[in-house]
Amino acid sequence: MTTQKRQVLACIDGSALTESVCDYAAWISEKVDAPLKLLHTINHHHETAVTSDFSGNIGLGTQEHLLEEITNLEQQQNKLKMQQGKLILHAATEHIEKKEIYPTSTQRHGDLIEAVIDLEESMRVLVIGLRGQVHDKQEKQIGAKLEAVIRSIHRPILIVNDIFSTPERIMIAYDGSAAADKAVDMVASSSLYKDLTCHLVCVNNNESTADKLLMQATALLESAENLDVISTKLKGKADQALCDYQQQHNIDLTIMGAFSHTRLHDMLLGSFTHKMLLNTKKPLLLLR
Amino acid sequence: MLLLSKQQDWLGNIRGDVLAGTVVALALIPEAIAFSIIAGVDPKVGLYASFCIAFITAIVGGRPGMISAATGAMALLMVTLVKDHGLQYLLAATLLTGLLQLISGYLKLGSLMSFVSRSVVTGFVNALAILIFMAQLPELTNVTWEVYAMTAAGLGFIYLFPYVPFIGKILPSPLVCIVVLTGVAMYLNLDIRTVGDMGELPDTLPIFLWPEVPLTWETLQIILPYSVPLAVVGLLESLMTATIVDDLTDTSSDKNRECKGQGLANIGAGLMGGMAGCAMIGQSIINVKSGGRGRLSTMVAGCFLLIMVVFLDEWIKQIPMAALVAVMIMVSIGTFSWESVIHLKQHPLSANIIMLATVTVVVWTHNLALGVFVGVLLAALFFANKISHFMYVGSVMDDVSGTRIYHVHGQVFFNSADRFIDNFDFKEAVDKVTIDLSHAHFWDISGVSALDKVVLKFRREGAEVELIGQNEASATIIDRFGVHDNPEEIEKVMGGH
Repeated sequence: MTTQKRQVLACIDGSALTESVCDYAAWISEKVDAPLKLLHTINHHHETAVTSDFSGNIGLGTQEHLLEEITNLEQQQNKLKMQQGKLILHAATEHIEKKEIYPTSTQRHGDLIEAVIDLEESMRVLVIGLRGQVHDKQEKQIGAKLEAVIRSIHRPILIVNDIFSTPERIMIAYDGSAAADKAVDMVASSSLYKDLTCHLVCVNNNESTADKLLMQATALLESAENLDVISTKLKGKADQALCDYQQQHNIDLTIMGAFSHTRLHDMLLGSFTHKMLLNTKKPLLLLR
Repeated sequence: MLLLSKQQDWLGNIRGDVLAGTVVALALIPEAIAFSIIAGVDPKVGLYASFCIAFITAIVGGRPGMISAATGAMALLMVTLVKDHGLQYLLAATLLTGLLQLISGYLKLGSLMSFVSRSVVTGFVNALAILIFMAQLPELTNVTWEVYAMTAAGLGFIYLFPYVPFIGKILPSPLVCIVVLTGVAMYLNLDIRTVGDMGELPDTLPIFLWPEVPLTWETLQIILPYSVPLAVVGLLESLMTATIVDDLTDTSSDKNRECKGQGLANIGAGLMGGMAGCAMIGQSIINVKSGGRGRLSTMVAGCFLLIMVVFLDEWIKQIPMAALVAVMIMVSIGTFSWESVIHLKQHPLSANIIMLATVTVVVWTHNLALGVFVGVLLAALFFANKISHFMYVGSVMDDVSGTRIYHVHGQVFFNSADRFIDNFDFKEAVDKVTIDLSHAHFWDISGVSALDKVVLKFRREGAEVELIGQNEASATIIDRFGVHDNPEEIEKVMGGH
């Protein structure tokens, strides 16, 4: 039973969403009985220079002195960053321990994407904020690395964009694609969704297709215990219709497949996942 | 693949890259001119080459922030080609060099760099510094006292100007040296040699031209002996420089991509009327020191250099050679590994011999490829010698059965085979000899035949010989099994030690 040991990984960076990331991660960890791990990465901006000296000359030992100088500066900078990260992790741990969940924490050097790829093996679900520190207060922005993170790992990812409220009503956006089928499958088999109301929503302008798709998905969900299924079909533009439905029915959590197309397709036509990330008011659980 | 690069590689450090690229461009101009003069071609050949190589490696190179252009190491290799056959053959040789480098990139020969030990790298760098310095000597012999005064003043500007408050750290001191010395020479109307006396400067942007050489077997026979060392030296210096930049910036680079990039850059240079080049240790250090990190810095350096020389050619003609000599002396001092001299006493004798042999061979032959070859060969021999000491044969006498038991430990190969044989006492009269090989490593057939010899000798003395543990020992003849990349097999071979 390797899945039992896999962790809920919460990525935190001290931005405004950090606390809710911790809360959601704690909620999942408690419900599926998986250990919780907090991750903070220290990004080294190697592409930017720490010093610049335009004297343009080189003399005896310039290379050695330069190496020493750069090393010292980076050491100081990174020590500070590490301390900051430790404080963030410490604060988050204390916050979660109030709920009597005891997380472990880890700090890694380098890029966030590299770090989550390295930890993918031991990860059950990733919890991450919609925006990082860089875009902290920009409401209409999503984090710079979010899409790359979502694309690079193949585990469920919970994108947190609001303060925590215990999810009671969830919505599955179903379009009959392989990713959506997988999402329904996972909802049916995981203990995370026990005792919840599940709205199964299909957006399709052709009613008979929508009916057929909903039948398929309901059949899949029947095996799940303690799950109230309400199926609905909607018309219109998928992202708009889903977001409206979300608000009308107080949905706390939306579940959907993500980035099923190639980057090129998305670049030309715009990605549905991207639109949802921008428009949704409540957390998204992306299943890949 | 070659065109792919991360956005940060280009735009991660715009301000730093543009400023550093400008500083480097200013320092590249005198170097490109000086190296053209070493090679015996017009300054425009080196300047066009520097532009093309910097521009192309910025896009396709494997090490962002590294500066490649016309270099001294390459210029020194082409002197006789230019003298005997002229510029067109140099351009053809440059094309072929690029092609060879491109192929070696696809064959992933960059990984062969691991055979070049640190001592050889130091030797290469020191030899290069000495050669650059020596190349300046013709400008300093049989000249008037004004030239000496100008050169000394130039060096003074270069090393003392950065200590001037405020402007010292903003203006590149080599530029200050050139501007001031040019001004002084023009004002005093000194009769000394200037860049204009050395040959043609570029007056247009580079144009595409196919080298005017007959496409025959004879042409290949002429250029190939030059192209091969050019390709080797170019890749060596480029990969060494890439490692230096890797260390300074604490980032990694793609060495095989760098090989391909150097190849494409030289092909480009050859087609645009430039000479072969490679990465430059000194300029790359200047770039990092000035705050350059990304691909943009290399591109800015190349473009700015071209713009400057095309539009300022009338001024550049007036630069006295003494100012260039001062800049080149700075380059040679900066390239020289001072550390290697300080640590001469602490390093093992073998390391010093390798380093000094590399330097001596290069300075003697003016061929860096040959020096590196000698250095690598020496390093391999020293290594074989050291590893052969890890061989030991112990023995015990089993009185009950009258058996002498030998235990062989360690490495048996061509270098330790004789010592292996010497360790057995053939004069001892025993009925039975047991040789335990389970802790021995037999690396080659010299080792195996040494063992055969020992067994035969004992038999001739009338003893029964029994070998035990052969299975473990014979597994070490790695060649037969080809286990290099199989960790389990390596574990089996090296296990128990």
